[in-house]
Amino acid sequence: MLSGFMVNAWIVGAIAAVVAGAVGFFVVLRGSAFVADALPTGAFAGAAGASLIGVNTLAGLGVFSLLGALGIGWLGRRSRHDVATALTLVMMLGLGSLFLSFSTEYAQEVYSLMFGEVLGISVNEILPVALLGAVSLAALTVIYRPLLLTSVMPELGEARGVRAARVETLFLVVLALATSMALPVVGALLIFSLMIGPPAAARSFTDKPALAIGLSVAFAVGTVWAAIAASYRTNWPVGFFVGALSAVWYAVGRAAAAWRRSRRQARAAREQAGYARQAATVRM
Amino acid sequence: MNSILQSVFEPGFFASAPVRVALLAGGMAGLVSSVVGIFAVMRGQSYAGHALADISVTGGAASYLVGITPLWGFAGVGVAAAAAMDLIGVQRRRGRDLATGVVRGAALGLAALFLYWGTTSTSTTGATVTVLFGSIFTISTSTAAVAALLGALALGIVAGLYRPLLLSSASPELAFARGIPVRATGALCLVAIALAVSLSALTIGAILSTALLVGPAAAALRLTSKPGVAILWSVVIGLAATWLGVLLAYDSYYWPPAHQGWPVSFFVVAVVLFFYLLAQFARPAGTRRDKAAAGQAEAGG
Repeated sequence: MLSGFMVNAWIVGAIAAVVAGAVGFFVVLRGSAFVADALPTGAFAGAAGASLIGVNTLAGLGVFSLLGALGIGWLGRRSRHDVATALTLVMMLGLGSLFLSFSTEYAQEVYSLMFGEVLGISVNEILPVALLGAVSLAALTVIYRPLLLTSVMPELGEARGVRAARVETLFLVVLALATSMALPVVGALLIFSLMIGPPAAARSFTDKPALAIGLSVAFAVGTVWAAIAASYRTNWPVGFFVGALSAVWYAVGRAAAAWRRSRRQARAAREQAGYARQAATVRM
Repeated sequence: MNSILQSVFEPGFFASAPVRVALLAGGMAGLVSSVVGIFAVMRGQSYAGHALADISVTGGAASYLVGITPLWGFAGVGVAAAAAMDLIGVQRRRGRDLATGVVRGAALGLAALFLYWGTTSTSTTGATVTVLFGSIFTISTSTAAVAALLGALALGIVAGLYRPLLLSSASPELAFARGIPVRATGALCLVAIALAVSLSALTIGAILSTALLVGPAAAALRLTSKPGVAILWSVVIGLAATWLGVLLAYDSYYWPPAHQGWPVSFFVVAVVLFFYLLAQFARPAGTRRDKAAAGQAEAGG
């Protein structure tokens, strides 16, 4: 399980998980699950187009996910956000189906782009992924404060002179970067599941943003490694395990949130009882 | 005149049986999607629609595995997923997209598993592409009949619930105050969306059915603010998009580069987007709001 090509899988999976966990925290915070879904799914059209004209897949993915991010940002200012995302997504997918119909030999790769083939990664593929991952993490660090502010308190951000629309576009670009880096190695489904499940769980354990990001990254890496190990044992696709584990994380998060809420209510009730007792003693 | 007609409708267009079935099934999918889509867009459930489409891939893959018509898989799993999404709380606006996404992720994981089993046991590598992108020209007549039945069911739900659905989409609070069972209405609406999406999944493919669900409805809601008129517009656009798509795909058989026809789904999406942009420019976003504001000012003054 720790020999040769498996080591590559562990490393690349971990890189993708770190980036997805960090970016995913903001996806969950901003409630932009649809965008996180649309960019990876739509970007695969770029891969199909790139293979058609014979350039590097990564370049095609990058161009398409960037165009998608800008398209969503541009249309989103003119119409409802979910409608804008849906239309941008289908535009990219429509082009993808066209490209696919031109080149018959690419059809098999659709499966791996959608669902991931993490077990077949060569050493040369690690470096570009690591580089792009580092770039998207750096970009995320740069826009960290304004992004956090506009996500949690848009009005305060507006008052401080942070332009919400610009921050939104920058965030979409970071999302696009993270997507195109991870897509060819782990697949659209996997990256999306990692951006949703682990961060959702992390958020319900703590209110501190930095700690939540750390937890989210840890959960995501754990998820990917567990999925790779399970996939190695059973030979089933990695995407299945990541999707299922992601749903488990979400359930854990919901349960944790419910538990914290009930504890807070109990404490509030206790405090109220205490005040009432104090008030009673004061009156006497 | 005849030669113009000939160059638009390539010879044999209306005589070919697959084309007739494609026109019928596609028309049904376009009709149902554009009617149901109005409610999906009004309720801000574009994402739910898209996720249900993706999830129906799971059903499609499963039906490949057991060897039944994909339509049953699409519809069955779609309706089940609609119920699951309602259970874990898509009716609350906060965190709704998250719940939708989690169901989608888990279901697509299952789809990956089914496709994997399917491709290793029967070596049908084309299954992934067929399930994802549909195959309008290979629909059998018996499938078309089932499609018509399911479509009628979706339209029946919408027609039967028309008023309460409209009210609870526009203003859930008001609907609640009037004693409308908002949650049950929402759940039934999700079921209608799932049915509509599974129909278009059959024709233009699961991941592009969002185009037929959201595109015509969004364009129509730009053109008018009256729901009844919007539904009419949406139906016109949806039908035009599907039929033009089928026609262009048939014509494209003689186009470069491969001489094997461009995919129907690409043309349908292109026509839908064209109509959406047209509607966008026909009535810029500002005018309606300005008019409404002016109307309010008048009423107030």
